[in-house]
Amino acid sequence: MKGLSVLAAVLIFAGGAAPSFAGVVDDLLVGYKALGVADFSAARGKEMWTKEFKSAKTGKTISCATCHTTDLKQASKHAETGEAIEPLAPSVNPKRLADPKFVEKWFGRNCKQTLGRECTAQEKGDFLMFMRAW
Amino acid sequence: MKNRNVLWIALLGATLTAGLAGSAWSDDDYRKFKKGMRGGPDVAKAENPAYVKECGSCHFAYQPGFLPSESWIKLMAGLADHFGDNAELAPEDQKSITDYLTANSADKSGQKAAVKIMKSIKTSQPPLRITQTPYFVHEHREIPLKLYKDNPKVKSLSHCNRCHVNAGEGSFNEHEVNIPGVGRWED
Repeated sequence: MKGLSVLAAVLIFAGGAAPSFAGVVDDLLVGYKALGVADFSAARGKEMWTKEFKSAKTGKTISCATCHTTDLKQASKHAETGEAIEPLAPSVNPKRLADPKFVEKWFGRNCKQTLGRECTAQEKGDFLMFMRAW
Repeated sequence: MKNRNVLWIALLGATLTAGLAGSAWSDDDYRKFKKGMRGGPDVAKAENPAYVKECGSCHFAYQPGFLPSESWIKLMAGLADHFGDNAELAPEDQKSITDYLTANSADKSGQKAAVKIMKSIKTSQPPLRITQTPYFVHEHREIPLKLYKDNPKVKSLSHCNRCHVNAGEGSFNEHEVNIPGVGRWED
């Protein structure tokens, strides 16, 4: 009995120490579905990734790829400041898509910055499908 | 009686030696010595974990002692347009970081650079950019644009740590400057 609870504790600890991005993404998708989205598509996410928007603030044309590039396994640089951006691909950067608060914070910032508005639940789900495939 | 006096003197001597050794060579001094830092820090190191995590992940974690409270409050209230970028935070993080910055701001810090920055600000509305405080402008006035603005490895004076090698420790001594692709700078 004691052995079992120790085993359970070890398993729970191991699960907590290495958060699975799959679980976090799945939970986020469940949340978006609850908002009325039927399905998500990595292909739509990919298309949106390079779609260009004209910034109302600067007049410059930008897309997600302007800073993150189209190779999500590579580190990149912020287009304006040159500050380092770690790879987005969870396969090479396990910290990515592992913290729902972090994911929503950056959707909030970057959708407003790039699209000029908040992303819809559909768009966020599509982006997650696109990113998790890397 | 005589023996007891000797004992007291020995004890006093040991205490003094220990005290002197402690003040002359603290752990902090040793760290600085190892890093080749000269003199004490110009501003207290930024150590608040939320601040370092949230702000320092996008840019150098500017020490709170570089701006007055008023500037920090205004800056933190305008994160939706943070010098051109959206840097909005969850409300609880925005509050805790604002509290940290204002509790350690230039007007509340007694360290060298903080005092000089406060003295240099004469306008009723203090700048939001550290690079626009008169003390900062004065300190960097002799550096030609080609060494930072036109230098792709620096780009702007906002990136303190690209040239000030001990910036993260709060040390901005000019003898510790190493401009990428250029080298040391001493005026």
